[in-house]
Amino acid sequence: MNSYLIRNVSVLGAAPTDLLLRDGVVAEVGPGLSAPEATVVDADGLVALPGLVDLHTHLREPGREDAETVETGSRAAAMGGYTAVCAMANTSPVADTAGVVEQVWRLGREAGLVDVQPIGAVTVGLAGERLAELGAMADSAARVRIFSDDGHCVADPRLMRRALEYVKAFDGIIAQHAEEPRLTEGAQMHEGEVSTRLGLTGWPAVAEEAIIARDVLLAEHVGSRLHVCHVSTAGSVEVLRQAKARGVRVTAEVTPHHLLLTDVRAETYDPVFKVNPPLRTATDITALRAALADGVIDIIATDHAPHAVEDKECEWAYARPGMLGLETALSIALDVLGPQWDLIAERMSRAPARIAGLTEHGHDPAPGVPANLTLVDPAVRRVIDPAESASRSRNTPYARMTLPGRIVATFLRGEATVLDGKAVR
Amino acid sequence: MIRHLLSGADLDADTATQILDTAAEMAAVSGREVKKLPALRGRTVVNLFYEDSTRTRISFEAAAKRLSADVINFSAKGSSVAKGESLKDTALTLQAMGADAVVVRHPASGAPHRLADWVDGSVVNAGDGTHEHPTQALLDAYTMRSRLGRLAGLSVAVVGDVLHSRVARSNVLLLSTLGAKVTLVGPPTLIPLDIAAALAPGTDVCYDLDAVLPSADVVMMLRVQRERMGDSYFPSAREYARRYGLDGSRMARLPEHAIVMHPGPMNRGMEITPEVADSPRSTIVEQVANGVSVRMAVLYLLLGGNNR
Amino acid sequence: MAYPTAAHSSPPRQPSVKVILSSVDVQRVVDRIAHQILEKTQGAADTVLLGIPTRGVPLAQRLAARINAFEGISVPVGVLDITLYRDDLRRNATRAVGPTQLPPDGIDGMRVILVDDVLFSGRSVRAALDALGDLGRPAFVQLAVLVDRGHRQLPIRADYVGKNIPTALAESVKVTLAETDGSDEVRLYGEVAR
Repeated sequence: MNSYLIRNVSVLGAAPTDLLLRDGVVAEVGPGLSAPEATVVDADGLVALPGLVDLHTHLREPGREDAETVETGSRAAAMGGYTAVCAMANTSPVADTAGVVEQVWRLGREAGLVDVQPIGAVTVGLAGERLAELGAMADSAARVRIFSDDGHCVADPRLMRRALEYVKAFDGIIAQHAEEPRLTEGAQMHEGEVSTRLGLTGWPAVAEEAIIARDVLLAEHVGSRLHVCHVSTAGSVEVLRQAKARGVRVTAEVTPHHLLLTDVRAETYDPVFKVNPPLRTATDITALRAALADGVIDIIATDHAPHAVEDKECEWAYARPGMLGLETALSIALDVLGPQWDLIAERMSRAPARIAGLTEHGHDPAPGVPANLTLVDPAVRRVIDPAESASRSRNTPYARMTLPGRIVATFLRGEATVLDGKAVR
Repeated sequence: MIRHLLSGADLDADTATQILDTAAEMAAVSGREVKKLPALRGRTVVNLFYEDSTRTRISFEAAAKRLSADVINFSAKGSSVAKGESLKDTALTLQAMGADAVVVRHPASGAPHRLADWVDGSVVNAGDGTHEHPTQALLDAYTMRSRLGRLAGLSVAVVGDVLHSRVARSNVLLLSTLGAKVTLVGPPTLIPLDIAAALAPGTDVCYDLDAVLPSADVVMMLRVQRERMGDSYFPSAREYARRYGLDGSRMARLPEHAIVMHPGPMNRGMEITPEVADSPRSTIVEQVANGVSVRMAVLYLLLGGNNR
Repeated sequence: MAYPTAAHSSPPRQPSVKVILSSVDVQRVVDRIAHQILEKTQGAADTVLLGIPTRGVPLAQRLAARINAFEGISVPVGVLDITLYRDDLRRNATRAVGPTQLPPDGIDGMRVILVDDVLFSGRSVRAALDALGDLGRPAFVQLAVLVDRGHRQLPIRADYVGKNIPTALAESVKVTLAETDGSDEVRLYGEVAR
């Protein structure tokens, strides 16, 4: 095993110190450490954060290995400062059995770049008709705790209630893609002035808010944990705020793109800006940022959704929704929140690790904790070039934009996955 | 001069007026024995139609041919498109054929915008999804101007399924640019809440057709598809016709000079009765003839010079 | 010299300029062409004057007015826009199309006299002949110009010429008329000095 001596690093913005990573843990913390056998990393000007944890990643394997594989997605995650990702279930075949979740889990172990924690489907084939074998997935080697039909809403209220209740037996959590399907038939973008002008079928905010409102009531009624995926509207924030005030066990995520981009981007009809839920308005962005700051929204999750070129270089209506996110998430957090390192660590590492039950992740660098951490250079401003992405896909909405911050190094259990801003393998 | 015509918003008042004035000269050509001009000799115009629309396609075809352009009709049926070729690959094919202009009709909103990113030639939107149909708006404006002598200050009621109508969007944009006052009329389910803010701030919305008629200079009836019933936009064709259809007694409430327009094809008995469609106030046949002149003007202004 | 030569402007960029025909000269030349038309056409019977925009149009109107003044004959006047028949459309930004107006009795079987301000390469006249061919079948077509500056590129000649002006290719001739420009004058601009 390699050991690393990280010199003069600022842990979450504190005064510079040294970190010694040895045997998979942070062995020592303090100024002027010495370890002759260790590889020295000069971290002058860099900030150390606990390794980021993404609760919402699409790795596309099995089924769409032309868009992403567990390995390429893991590499993109490491390049973005992540040490753990939760892989969504909408693969082909769907991750709705112990066999598929174990396959994904094993592929993640083989890639060895981040911890890949599979998410299981709530319903068989994501069809929203009957429960998948949630217990079998929980008991499998993948130890699934989060279940989601993401991409589809568990719209049937009775089925949603049963799912919420059933997973209590193994401390599971249902992560809901909140989208009332009848209100969003054929929907292409946020319903508003821009959709009216562009003649694209609208996706009304109420279609998200109505499901969240229903689900927090259901979760309250049965005393279960609910997680709300990619919250995108100001109205949803209000529903969550009230639910949390009442003590409902609900957590919520927001994506980097919903914190930064508005529906006006659709004016080019370039489907690189097509995503589900859709980009909303500046008013929504303001509410989401405020909720992220005050904790009504618990975490930033990427909804990293790679797509092959042919699924994006086409007519808007025929394009698949989704954007890359892993390699740009921290930059956008930095852009939106500024250098509030403790808040960034909370929203992008500690809280998502807690929600997902990933006990080895989400710990600030301190003696004895697993050496899952990342080093950020906050001073760099970089222009996003899709061709440089470690993902197999190129559908980043940030092409040619200048964003702050760059990941310089990432360590997974004490081994470097990224060094000098480059993937180690 | 503009390079593409994708939206009514591409046209400022001067450019739109220039198109209408040029169309008037083109109309004179249509009236003479030799209906052909050499202006676009050696240019290639491709009609790329992903939807069946014989009337629009032959209108563009006649326009291009009268200007001596070579016309290639590329319809999606029975072609490589039907075999799954992507729009981008088709664009690259057209590019290789040296298309100077691509006239595109497509069921997906924004497809012409995408095409314009991929070809060097001019792209003319001949109707995209539920977005726009700018040459239809131009021919409507031309028809109003030739019947009523002006556009500025006219009160135009656009009646029907505004939500799904590309004709309505292009007309609101163009007519507002040219100084007409547009009122959108129809059931609230078929008129987007924020349409005025989205398109033209001066646009009015009214749910009562009878209230609008006495002060209208132009009534433009939009085609309403019966299938919308299934989606509960309105309860029945009969109720729609009763509340928003234009029949003889409603037409009698119009000012004497007012005209009735329809972009076709009509649903007789639904949004318009035969009595109205065939009345002297109706400009429906003129609109078709004017379509050729307006499209000649657009093709000439896009392709007549070195606007690259 | 009417051309403004501001003292502070850089002299090497200014072309030399010479007035070829004054306002009085222009009137005299128009009168002469009108007389020649009456003479050559035996009283301008069955004759139509078609002006080529821009300045051919007022010239045609003036010729008709002078013919009427001299002999009391009304010669129909029309406008022949040649924009869509030009052979240089692709070399320039799109040109605006102007109206073509034929006299009520048309041009079939008539003697059509095309009227333009300057005859140079002959390409405008070629375009006008093509346009005419699409509008009808005149018995004769003739050409009247205020100025012939030479340098023909096509086998075309004028039947009535106000003034022949020998020019160098790099020089340019500019006609102004009261109707279009505020005053009558013909000027010759020299090469722009480099």
